[in-house]
Amino acid sequence: MSHLLILAAEEKENPLIPPIPELVIGLLAFVIVFGFLAWKLLPNINKVLEQRREAIEGGIEKAEAAQTEAQSVLEQYKAQLAEARHEAARLRQEAQEQGATLIAEMRAEGQRQRDEIVAAGHTQIEADRKAAAQSLRQDVGTLATDLAGKLVGESLEDHARQSRVIDRFLSELEEKAEAAR
Amino acid sequence: MSADPTQVLAFETDCHIFDGCGFPAPGLHSFLFEPLWGDGDSNLYFNKTMLLALLGSLVIVGFFWAAFRKPKVVPGKLQMVAEAGYDFVRRGVVYETIGKKEGEKYVPLVVSLFFFIWMMNLWSIIPVAQFPVTAIISYPAVLAGIVYIIWVSLTFKRHGFVGAFKNFSGYDKSLGPVLPLAMLIELLSNLIVRPFTHAVRLFANMFAGHTLLLLFTIASWYLLNGVGIAYAGVSFIMVIVMTAFELFIQALQAYVFVLLTCTFIQGALAEHH
Repeated sequence: MSHLLILAAEEKENPLIPPIPELVIGLLAFVIVFGFLAWKLLPNINKVLEQRREAIEGGIEKAEAAQTEAQSVLEQYKAQLAEARHEAARLRQEAQEQGATLIAEMRAEGQRQRDEIVAAGHTQIEADRKAAAQSLRQDVGTLATDLAGKLVGESLEDHARQSRVIDRFLSELEEKAEAAR
Repeated sequence: MSADPTQVLAFETDCHIFDGCGFPAPGLHSFLFEPLWGDGDSNLYFNKTMLLALLGSLVIVGFFWAAFRKPKVVPGKLQMVAEAGYDFVRRGVVYETIGKKEGEKYVPLVVSLFFFIWMMNLWSIIPVAQFPVTAIISYPAVLAGIVYIIWVSLTFKRHGFVGAFKNFSGYDKSLGPVLPLAMLIELLSNLIVRPFTHAVRLFANMFAGHTLLLLFTIASWYLLNGVGIAYAGVSFIMVIVMTAFELFIQALQAYVFVLLTCTFIQGALAEHH
């Protein structure tokens, strides 16, 4: 029923020739979109994107600052530790040196005391020996004189008596020695 | 097409194969709409494509209004999706072709163009609307015209009259005796053919896509009689396949259009050598 009309329409309308009203509406439609986007919505989102970028970069900067601080603290700590180690080593060294000196001093002192004691002992012994020799010499003289007097005073024929005298003398001598001890 | 008010579909519904009824093939008449308001003979009327164009604008503005009216540094779902689209055009198209420094100024234009065209194309597969607005030459023509005015005026502004002329004509001394011919061809190609192909590339793609969809849709219905039912099934599968394909083509054509826009602007900004 509409074939003729369709053909008529086809002849009338070239699809490449734009009708004015559609051009106007097309322009209007696009201007609406462009207007809203360019006027408000894209600047809006750009602002937020910028804020986000800054927030991210701020976060990165913060993290970097924290890392730098941590690094410096670590270095400080390491330096302190090294210093402490050094100090400890120095103290140990000192103590060792002091100990060595003390030991050497004590050893020297001990040696000195020992030498002193030994010397004193020797002197004492020498003195005692001398005194002993002195007294022995006197005693021997006395004894000899006594013995001689006794021997001379007694009869020489009685051999038995003579030997008794000697025995007595010796025992006396022993007693003396006992008493002296 | 008659001005029958009950006729809302693009073809007659009582026509099937073996009914002695010819195949109601889609054609140019499928792209003509009776005015919803006003008189088609005068220039005061309002039809379906105009309605879809304005509705599409509202959809885009509404979407971006909802997403970007009060944007947050930590985005919600809607803002994230809108940001992804925005960033795709800004970074993937404008910065890539014009560069960040020079291109920043054109971002709103290109973003608007991309989403506007995409929406107009999308009407093709949105139920009830089911018509790509860009398959009517007026709409691509307006957009290509805007782009044309921008890049041509930009060329004059940037290079002065002589510089712009050299830019348009691809002036190159080393061409020697063929220089006048080359310049003539270049002028014709840049100033006259370029805006035409820019508009027609989008128009023709959507026109063809819509015709294909119509063809298989009408065939599915037309074949629905007797042994034809088996063929109708095949045809209907093709409708689904073509719909998916159109979904891809719609986005692709919007992308191609804005990519060309950026290339033209970049050419206008570039120093002629």
